[in-house]
Amino acid sequence: MAETQIERQIDRSHMTVTDEVAIQITAMNKWFGTFHVLRDINLTVNRGERIVIAGPSGSGKSTLIRCINRLEEHQSGQIIVDGTELTSDLKNIDKVRSEVGMVFQHFNLFPHLTILENLTLAPIWVRKEPKKEADETAMYYLEKVKIPEQAHKYPGQLSGGQQQRVAIARSLCMKPRIMLFDEPTSALDPEMIKEVLDTMIGLAEDGMTMLVVTHEMGFAQAVANRVIFMDQGQIVEQNEPYAFFNNPQSERTKLFLSQILGH
Amino acid sequence: MSEHRTAAYVRTEILPEMAPPVSEIGVIRWLRENLFSGPLNTLLTLAGAFVLYLLISESFPWFRNSVWFASSVGECRDIITARWGEGATGACWAIIRDRWNMFMFGFYPRELYWRPTLALGLLLFAAAPVLFSESRRIRMAVLGVMAVFLVLAFPALGVGTPATGLLLLALGAMLVLAWSRPWALLWLTGIYPGLAVWMLWGGSVWGPVLAMAGFVLGWAAFTATRSRGAIISVGAAVALALAWWFFAMGPVMQMLETYLPFAIEAVRSDKFGGFVLALTIGVAGIVLSLPMGVVLALARQSDMLLVKSLAVGFIEFIRGVPLISLLFVASLLLNYFLPPGTNFDIILRVIIMVTLFAAAYIAEVVRGGLAALPRGQYEAADSLGLDYWKAQRLIILPQALKISIPGIVSTFIGMFKDTTLVVFVGLLDPLKGITDSVRASFEWKGAYWEPYIFVGCIFFIFNFAMSRYSMYLERRLKRDHH
Ligand SMILES: Nc1ncnc2c1ncn2[C@@H]1O[C@H](COP(=O)(O)OP(=O)(O)OP(=O)(O)O)[C@@H](O)[C@H]1O
Ligand SMILES: [Mg+2]
Repeated sequence: MAETQIERQIDRSHMTVTDEVAIQITAMNKWFGTFHVLRDINLTVNRGERIVIAGPSGSGKSTLIRCINRLEEHQSGQIIVDGTELTSDLKNIDKVRSEVGMVFQHFNLFPHLTILENLTLAPIWVRKEPKKEADETAMYYLEKVKIPEQAHKYPGQLSGGQQQRVAIARSLCMKPRIMLFDEPTSALDPEMIKEVLDTMIGLAEDGMTMLVVTHEMGFAQAVANRVIFMDQGQIVEQNEPYAFFNNPQSERTKLFLSQILGH
Repeated sequence: MSEHRTAAYVRTEILPEMAPPVSEIGVIRWLRENLFSGPLNTLLTLAGAFVLYLLISESFPWFRNSVWFASSVGECRDIITARWGEGATGACWAIIRDRWNMFMFGFYPRELYWRPTLALGLLLFAAAPVLFSESRRIRMAVLGVMAVFLVLAFPALGVGTPATGLLLLALGAMLVLAWSRPWALLWLTGIYPGLAVWMLWGGSVWGPVLAMAGFVLGWAAFTATRSRGAIISVGAAVALALAWWFFAMGPVMQMLETYLPFAIEAVRSDKFGGFVLALTIGVAGIVLSLPMGVVLALARQSDMLLVKSLAVGFIEFIRGVPLISLLFVASLLLNYFLPPGTNFDIILRVIIMVTLFAAAYIAEVVRGGLAALPRGQYEAADSLGLDYWKAQRLIILPQALKISIPGIVSTFIGMFKDTTLVVFVGLLDPLKGITDSVRASFEWKGAYWEPYIFVGCIFFIFNFAMSRYSMYLERRLKRDHH
């Protein structure tokens, strides 16, 4: 597992964790058929937190964050996002989705639309923004992820790293208060991982609340204020990064760390 | 050896460009690579050439000896014998000249030929914002040719100068719109179905207008309830539209006809025939079956068991029976089920059956397209907060339909050719209905090949155009690499 070195200086002036609760998960369980994939998950995320979720393959990391914007449905317990409880009520789901952005491993850009159209689609059709305003917002975020010159190309013409940065910008155009990342760099070549991580660091510097499933431990050490370790559908251990890496408590965490850090 | 190493070899002058060996260029190379690359290939080439020779040598005289001006088969034969000698055979295209109107219009009243012609011509204008939205050059070329055709055809069909002048003005205005603001033509697209029905069958203008109003009402019901989920909104739309057509439309129509009568000469369905009939059924079938097929495909993908099973049952049933049996149902059985005295037009019944038939096939083609999309597309749309209909319309269907274009167009082409089957329910299709009735006349008894070849050619032109259009569309929508 590659560990990308974070070299740049990080500006921590806006990285403040507040007392306000952004996400509250209590006694949540989820099954796929009879398979108990998430077991008694309890997790509170405060506004401004940057959380990295780690764990072996199949431990339920993706499923957990996909429950937070209801791409997956949970069967028991409670998930409250920004004060809205996720139930089968479509209105609540829409409300939560409009406040939570998500970035996928395989980008999931819309290949039949230009980059600009990818970015303005949801603002225009969901938020009913006028096209001109949506275009301006889109260009602002494309500048921010450093690819404004690609605005009129199609996703298929961009490199993987550029596509992932577009995907991040697309989420940001909806002005989310929380961002979810599901292994945003694991489909990328090493030299592109850095540019995507850089974008994510920039986001953290702006004070975004982030939940990141990743194997990039360099990113976790540099940016996260908390690392969560999952195994077999449970949160096994959580701690601030320094303690997590240097003084893991459970045996499973130790094994996992020795495997991915290679010592 | 050692010399080579010490004294480096340096070319002091650049060699001039040389032509490749003769065996590697042009015709000879192409022949060698494509026709004579090995013993088997050579053998096949020779065999193919022989078959081609036989075909051409047998049929060429027949085409060469064609007769265009004659008033009966007998006269054709006499002319051929006189010109090419005893025993010569030749095509007698005079039958097509003589019965051209019959092939095109069936028994449609001669003085009203301009109406179906206009309906067909306007079809391209109505379709232009949808079919040719991206290329002004192609749009103007297609519409320009059609406009010239209409303006030339009108006087030939016996339309007076004032009316032709009016047509010229209207076409000119639409061409200007097509040039500058093609989306403005969408109003024509919107009213076209009603307009075409009115042009073809005539009668009171209120029939088509009120029938179209049903669609508007359905759409209004759909938009008003769309936040309540797919099932409720579609159900409300269908219910309101049906209620309007079956209960409210009749009385309203009577009232309007009494107080605001406005009608043109009516033409009964049994007067339709030839390509007017084939195109009426074909175009209506295409226009109606595509949306219905898409809805069926979506229903088949639905999580809701009832919706899904209804869709599966419908699709499998329709695909399982021959089109002819559906047409027989349309012509015979419906009479038993409908209340006595209802006058349910036979062409309308056939259109419904053809539409259902094509829609089932299109549903399967579109389902293939939907299945080919990665799940990530749905998830990205969901995570951005798009609701089901918006996600389908903006993200899923544009991609799925693009993948499905070849299959959809194949279905359309098949359906258009199948319109000839309406001969079995007593309608005059161009291939058998018209041909038989032409040959039943004293003059043209005994002309076999010519009508079939002619009708085949016309079908080919339409179908080839559709096929080329689908290829153009695929190229235009290609987004992978530019
Ligand atoms: N839609 C599904 N239906 C059934 N089982 C599923 C489904 N999605 C995931 N699973 C199973 O649930 C478990 C957890 O999956 P999940 O994708 O959350 O793991 P993960 O921790 O993200 O793993 P990875 O690091 O490989 O992405 C796995 O055993 C997986 O096979
Ligand atoms: Mg995963």
